[in-house]
Amino acid sequence: MKVVVDMNKCQDHGQCVFAAPDVFSMDDDGHLAYVPDPDDALREEVEEAADVCPLQAIRIED
Amino acid sequence: MTARILVAGASLGGLRAAEQLRAAGWTGAVTVVGDEPHMPYNRPPLSKEVLAGKAPFASLAFTPKAAAQDVEWRLGTKVVAARLTERTVTLDDGSTVAYDGLVVATGVRPRRLRCPGPLDGRHMVRTLAQARNLRDELTRPGARVVVVGAGFIGCEVAATAVGLGVAEVTVVDPLPLPMVGPLGPLLARALLRRHEERGVRFALGVGVTGFEGEDRVTGVRLADGAVLPADVVVESVGSVANVEWLEDNGLDLSDGVLTDEQLRVGGRPEVIAVGDVARFPNARYDGVPRRVEHWSIPTDTAKHAAKALVAHLGGSDKELAPFTPLPTFWSDQHGFRLQSFGAPVLGLDDVRVLDGDPEGDVLVGYHVDGRLTGVVALGGHAVATSAARYRAQLLKQPAPTS
Ligand SMILES: Cc1cc2nc3c(=O)[nH]c(=O)nc-3n(C[C@H](O)[C@H](O)[C@H](O)COP(=O)(O)OP(=O)(O)OC[C@H]3O[C@@H](n4cnc5c(N)ncnc54)[C@H](O)[C@@H]3O)c2cc1C
Ligand code: SF4
Repeated sequence: MKVVVDMNKCQDHGQCVFAAPDVFSMDDDGHLAYVPDPDDALREEVEEAADVCPLQAIRIED
Repeated sequence: MTARILVAGASLGGLRAAEQLRAAGWTGAVTVVGDEPHMPYNRPPLSKEVLAGKAPFASLAFTPKAAAQDVEWRLGTKVVAARLTERTVTLDDGSTVAYDGLVVATGVRPRRLRCPGPLDGRHMVRTLAQARNLRDELTRPGARVVVVGAGFIGCEVAATAVGLGVAEVTVVDPLPLPMVGPLGPLLARALLRRHEERGVRFALGVGVTGFEGEDRVTGVRLADGAVLPADVVVESVGSVANVEWLEDNGLDLSDGVLTDEQLRVGGRPEVIAVGDVARFPNARYDGVPRRVEHWSIPTDTAKHAAKALVAHLGGSDKELAPFTPLPTFWSDQHGFRLQSFGAPVLGLDDVRVLDGDPEGDVLVGYHVDGRLTGVVALGGHAVATSAARYRAQLLKQPAPTS
């Protein structure tokens, strides 16, 4: 699975971190970091993260 | 004929309902009817980035999930009536549509001030069209702006206006502090200070009695007799649920549409409500039905209610566990963020500083019977991180019953 976050949109809300902590995290400065090619087993989590992102910045490609 | 689920309202709640019906395995038809001319779009930026001109209006559109590609969208069309016993709705083009399942997702609209005066120059911020009009007027040189209502939308609009370089922005409210109802005085005072430091003026503890001007607003008259000169007025005084189309069905429509703990309406398993319009009990708390106008709620309600509806239409009447969302809310004002988890409003009598201090960035906890029921962070990322830790605690806790 390929995950893309539009970093121009992202405002570091961290909602995605709650939904999919294996894929998204906040670094020490409070900025988003993420795994761009997570295991397919995590699809449900990542979809949840995409749903709850207030800026709708997360895209799942394939 | 194929079975059909009709969704009334084409915003976040309607979109998530359509997607979640497919996710729950519904293979029949899904028709979404919405009176705005647009596909569903994201409202929060209308008072923030988009009003500020930092993001284009076009960036607001949601991208529907692939599974919802065959959903039929009837936009620019209003549902004018429903007959729940016959399972039909009537649209404003005169047609009647029969349904097997109905999703109520018609949201809310801004409440209007009823005091006398001209309408021209008075704005609201709920729809794309309204935000566009307001942006045009805020960006006129020399505009004087009065925001009526110091709730979160009023505070955001005031902050955005100051950020746009508007020289005179005044917020009026009959309450003594901004956002004091949901946040309590401790945080409301901190918020007031942050706004004043950035140039927003306030007229608090005084209501509006009327608007000056002939064809167009020139001023706002206050209860103490003062008149605030104004070229642009923004009314942000709460909302009214869009439920008129559900009248005459014996439903409780006193504030939105009342649902049970599975988001079913009027004891009918084939009718569910989602989003801002739903007044639902939350068994995580006291079980008192409330409407919750938070962006997280349309998605949470749609996930739960779609499962219940699809199970029912599939012939299963096994009860799901009750709906117990953790309310989540944020607001952005002048580059700082308010982030709330849980139900602060239930714990306003016992408010404690959990981290930081009210002079700077602060995390505040709200308690019922000594137990944490909600947290709100005000400021930057350190307190937001701290709030996230308490969120985990709020999620684990059983509901405080009182
Ligand atoms: C300016 C603004 C800023 C916000 N900022 C935040 C924020 O920072 N954080 C946060 O948590 N929340 C925020 N919110 C709240 C959030 O946007 C709402 O909770 C969310 O939009 C609710 O979605 P909904 O689909 O339930 O209702 P709505 O978005 O109100 O959608 C209902 C739709 O149904 C349509 N409709 C109504 N009646 C009919 C009818 N009879 N027939 C057909 N269609 C009908 C309406 O036109 C509308 O398109 C903000 C809201 C606004 C307006
Ligand atoms: S939820 Fe969205 S805005 Fe927030 S950190 Fe994740 S991607 Fe960024």
